[in-house]
Amino acid sequence: MNGADAIVKCLQEEKVEVVFGYPGVAIAPVFDSILSSGIRTILVRQEQNAGHAASGYARITGKVGVAIATSGPGAENLITGIATAFADSIPLVCITGQVDSRLMGSDVFQEADISGAVESFVKYSYIIRNPEDIPRIFREAFYLASTGRKGPVLIDIPQDIQHAKMESFVWPKQVKMRTYKPTMQGHAMQIAKVLTQLQKAKRPILCVGGGVLLADAKKEVRDFAERYGIPVVCTMMGLGVLPTGHPLFFGMVGNNGQLYGNRAMNEADMIIMAGCRVADRSISQPDLITSGKVLVHIDVDPAEIGKNAGPTIPLVGDVKCVFHDFLTHDDLSIDCGDWVETLNGYRRQGEKRREATMKLALAEKTRMKWVDPRAFVRGLSLAMEDNAVYVADVGQNQLWSCANAVIRDGSFLTSGGMGTMGYAVPAAMGVKIARPDLQVVAVCGDGGFQMTMMELATMKYYGVAAKIVVLKNGWLGLVRQYQHFSYHDRFSVTDLGEYPHLDMLTKAYDMDFIRLTDNDDIDKAVQQFLADEKPVLMEVDVDPNVLA
Amino acid sequence: MKRIYSVLVENRAGVLCKVAGLFWRRCFNIDSLAVGETDDPGISHMVIVSSGDQRTLEQIEKQLNKKVDVIRVRTFDEAEATARELMLIKVRYNRENRGDIIENCQIMGASIVDMSPSMMTIQICDTPERVQMFLDTFKTVSIVEVTRTGTLAVTKCREQGQ
Repeated sequence: MNGADAIVKCLQEEKVEVVFGYPGVAIAPVFDSILSSGIRTILVRQEQNAGHAASGYARITGKVGVAIATSGPGAENLITGIATAFADSIPLVCITGQVDSRLMGSDVFQEADISGAVESFVKYSYIIRNPEDIPRIFREAFYLASTGRKGPVLIDIPQDIQHAKMESFVWPKQVKMRTYKPTMQGHAMQIAKVLTQLQKAKRPILCVGGGVLLADAKKEVRDFAERYGIPVVCTMMGLGVLPTGHPLFFGMVGNNGQLYGNRAMNEADMIIMAGCRVADRSISQPDLITSGKVLVHIDVDPAEIGKNAGPTIPLVGDVKCVFHDFLTHDDLSIDCGDWVETLNGYRRQGEKRREATMKLALAEKTRMKWVDPRAFVRGLSLAMEDNAVYVADVGQNQLWSCANAVIRDGSFLTSGGMGTMGYAVPAAMGVKIARPDLQVVAVCGDGGFQMTMMELATMKYYGVAAKIVVLKNGWLGLVRQYQHFSYHDRFSVTDLGEYPHLDMLTKAYDMDFIRLTDNDDIDKAVQQFLADEKPVLMEVDVDPNVLA
Repeated sequence: MKRIYSVLVENRAGVLCKVAGLFWRRCFNIDSLAVGETDDPGISHMVIVSSGDQRTLEQIEKQLNKKVDVIRVRTFDEAEATARELMLIKVRYNRENRGDIIENCQIMGASIVDMSPSMMTIQICDTPERVQMFLDTFKTVSIVEVTRTGTLAVTKCREQGQ
């Protein structure tokens, strides 16, 4: 057995079924060993997409996603995937090849200090110096990635370590790390404090983030909200915690959120933040929104609590454990029926306004032969299966999706923290590879799509039938919109032009193609798109003047 | 506001870089940083002095605790600690100022540890304020080189119940 065999054996011990990667000389021993391991390998077309695909895989399975790249440029390409996963706390183990130990530091061919480069956006990184450390390091890496606040872990392995003969392979029974003990259980006293305050509150609101999904606490949070009739809003990463149509759900907050969601936050007298970072895009002025309110902040990462807003009651712990504990107290008297009624009024108003805007936009089609992206996104999501996975890219398409897509028991995935364009196609591919039984749709703009469209080849090659929508307006729409408002329509370097012709592009990949140019055809085109069992791409022509 | 962080870390390659990188990336100040092995060769002790507002100082402690190589963080201010700094200062002297320099050394408890016909190296080990005070007395002297260890600190000895 050599080092590479040991690495593959570690992956087997961790029950890894699929790895996403791209070979090169410095990681060749691992790829050689993996060939006969039974682990499925997916050859992406660029390493960044291995990271995103592993992220999609991890988010839908709850397991650790694995990406493998070679030294130097391979590892560097992976960086965006790693940083994107870090920003959204997605558990990944990224394995990179490295030049021979004796050559490290001498700037030889394809050498890059990847461990140093990713230091500020990995949970931890290892350079393996001794083959005997392989089992321990892999055991630790998977443990670190998947516990506490999850995140990517990098393991850099010099080529000579992969070749080194190993006397024995001992898989550690448990992880022994004296420095790492994430707090899972919430402190009983803090929990009691929260519940006491909750009974005093007249207008409580629960604001849920991506941490709820990462902790697999959807059910607990929903049970709690339903038992006491507490209204719920979410951040972008928390979309999907409650179905869009849930009577207690009042939409996404933040500068891209629903007015009525924000209004609910503003008027609440108690905010319970669960698994969210209180980051600038969801709560731009934390001190303002929380003043005069009781703020409870629940997070598994103590450093998030108090970072952006000083909570009245900090509660460190895993969201699932904490809500489980909340639910064990069943003698609470909480009544916020009037409050929910007020919020319902706001929502009815908001929805009425939305319908009116959409109707107006649709009526304008006689002037312009374009598809209204909001109406399209709504129509698409309504036609999707209940448990479908909606993967939104970044830009206007993402904001239209957040505001108009209807999520039922499925998932809504996007790159919320880092806002990485090009995330949707590879992430959707990773989701579909993990769960071929699910309907998976990636919705992108023509900018983001072109960043990772090379993965069409991967999807074709492996028969991955994730569906792709490209909302095409020929512009970097969200930047154009920003230039519209902030630079008085001086559109600098945001014009994408009409290329590529997506009909010809899909032909090159032997994919099915649908073009939607008219609002009246939305339902028909969506039906055809969703019924197609092969990889299919739908182009939706969008007016560049529609704002998100 | 100044704060001292006494940080025990795994004595591994790259740990200093990871800790220093954390301060850089999160825009925390490092006023001084000193690091050395403890009685246990597997553990290093870092003493970091930082400054900032209350929220920043709290964040520093939390972010340090998040680092996987960090075993324990303790934080205190100078009043709660025994703090020392070592400074070596090499100066060029002449007949006129030689006497003053020697006198200042005597007053401050510094010692001359190396000497040549025109230069001398002075060592002082004292609290960070007194080291600074001593350095300030050299304003009119031609300084060749100064090197300081940064603050080393341990909390004051306190028996239980005190």
